[in-house]
Order: sequence, then structure tokens, then C-alpha cells
Amino acid sequence: MQLKIFWVFFKVGMLGYGGGPASIPLVHKEVVDTYQWMTDDEFQDSLAIGNVLPGPIITKLAGYIGYLQSGWLGLVNAVFAAILPTIILMIVLLKLFTEFKDLEWVQGMSNGVVPVVGVMLFLLTYEFLEKAQAKTTWRFIILFTLGAFILLYVIGLHPAIVILAIVIFSLVRREGRI
Amino acid sequence: MIYLQIFIAFFIPGVLGYGGGPSSIPLVEQEVVQNFGWMTSQEFAEVLALGNALPGPIATKMAGFIGFEVAGVIGAIVAVGATVLPSLLLMVFLAGLLYKIKGTKKFETLTTLIRPVIAILLGIIAFDFFSSAFTESGGVHTLILMIASFLMLKKFDIHPALVIIFGLVYGALLL
Repeated sequence: MQLKIFWVFFKVGMLGYGGGPASIPLVHKEVVDTYQWMTDDEFQDSLAIGNVLPGPIITKLAGYIGYLQSGWLGLVNAVFAAILPTIILMIVLLKLFTEFKDLEWVQGMSNGVVPVVGVMLFLLTYEFLEKAQAKTTWRFIILFTLGAFILLYVIGLHPAIVILAIVIFSLVRREGRI
Repeated sequence: MIYLQIFIAFFIPGVLGYGGGPSSIPLVEQEVVQNFGWMTSQEFAEVLALGNALPGPIATKMAGFIGFEVAGVIGAIVAVGATVLPSLLLMVFLAGLLYKIKGTKKFETLTTLIRPVIAILLGIIAFDFFSSAFTESGGVHTLILMIASFLMLKKFDIHPALVIIFGLVYGALLL
């Protein structure tokens, strides 16, 4: 059993490109279709519960499914299988990279990648705004984002404070618009 | 003491990063670059570049590497634990309660309002990267890289790992 759990989430971690959300279909295929640890409904429920919580989705799914299958050991096993291989790869490759940083062309690589990552973050920015907008209007979202900008960068509040304030506000206020 | 700092640096993104792994990027940057000063903005960009080029969740790759850089294997374990455990344990213990919350209006409001905050944080980091690239690599190269990677990602749907490789090769040859 532990071996199967490991194998499933190892594959999910190694084959899931484009971050956590992109690997959800992979988990579904293994857990529901191949091994039938869960029905489709149970899987959708687990996913929905996971989405209520902050933090990366894949580790929540892996840990939860591992836990349902075989307790705490299953949880630890599934999480490790999903994340450890890529963490090790990451450390080895970046260390290698720093090792040769004095070389001019390696420094060039480091510089070349900065605008590319910038564009990726810019696209993520847009994606987050668009998803928020889908639940309300662009007008509201633009004004709200402007407000957040002032709080974060003009007044200089820590992002954690702003987010916590939103969490508290959303949970205590009465039902209403937006 | 350093372990406590690492724990804090990754616990905050772990419990406030609504919207999956990518939303923790700016929150991690805030702690690791701005607050504790463990890396420069350029080094953080390298971490993101490799993180985007490798498979698997981005939040744990960032935590594992940065934790390791700052305080070795134990540092990596603390960082990854702080990223993963809080929400995972909540999920295991409170599954029933969370199931009731998931469809409610309150929860929808929460995610709708948090997303713009994450967006502005991400946007500012993107802007920082562009402006540091302008000074490091010059305006022409930066513009070429920006436009080329935008078109590749958005218009031609080229895999992010390949776009990162393009940036690396371009930099190695021309910068």
C-alpha cells in the first residue's frame, strides 16, 4: 500500500508541470480511475475542501488522500513523494549554477532569465485580477486593487495584515453585495 | 533562532496564500528578500526561474531551496513543514466543517477580495524585475526578452520550461 501511495504521488510531483493546480487532473486519474481509492464525488469533495484552505493545493490533496488510505504514515509518505524529488533537483541545480557564477556567460544566463520571470509574474497578476473580476466587476476590482496598493506601498502595511483584515472582514460581516 | 525565523517566513505564506501555490510567491518574497534579507531580488528571480522550469508545486520548491540555503537540511525541513503542514492538518482535522463552508457567500467574498491583493504584490515584483533588468542588461535586450517571452507564453502557448530555457540561452549568448 505505502509503495503504491508513494508511486502515485511521485508521478504527480514529477509530471505535474505548471505548478500545483495543473497537476490536479493527474491526481484524479491515478486516484479515481487507476487505483479507485475514491469515487469521483469523493475526489471533488476533497478538492473543494482543499480549496477552502490557503497554501499549495497538491500537498493538501496528497496528504489528505494518503491519510484516508492509510493514516499518518500514508499522509507523510504521499506528501514526501509529491515534493521531495523536485526539491532535491532544485537544490542540486541551483547549487551547480551558483558554483559557476563567476563565468561571464553564466552571469548572462542569470540576467537573461529576469525579464522572462517578470513576464510570468505579470501574467499571473492578470490571471488573479481576472478571476477576482469574474465574481464582481472590473470597476470594483480596479478600485479595490488601488486601495490595496496604497495600503501596501504608500502606507507600508505588511501584506499579512492586509490579508488578515480581509479574512476577518469577510467572515464577520453580514451577507451582502460582492 | 534562525529556525524560528525560517518558520515565520514560510508559515505566513502557508496560512495566508489563498489561491494555491503561486499566491505564496509574493508573500515569500516579502519575508525572504524584504524582511529577512536572505537573498537579493536577482537571486529570488533565479529561484523562480528554475522553480518554473521544474515540475511539481512551486511553493514547496521555493521553501525547500531557500530553507536549505539559509540553514541546511534542517532549514529546508522547517521551511517545507511551515509551508505544508498548517493547512494540511486543518484539512485532516476539520474536513467536515470545511465542507460546510466551501460554497458559502462569505468564503466567496474572502477569495474575491484576497486575489487583488496577491495580484498587486505580484505585479510590483514583476515591475521590480523589469526595472532591475533595464539597469543590468540594458533597455533593448530587456524589451526583446519581455516581448518574446510574452508572445511565447500567451500567443503560442509554449511550455514555460522552454521559455525559461530561451531566456537562459539568450542571456548566455548575448548578455
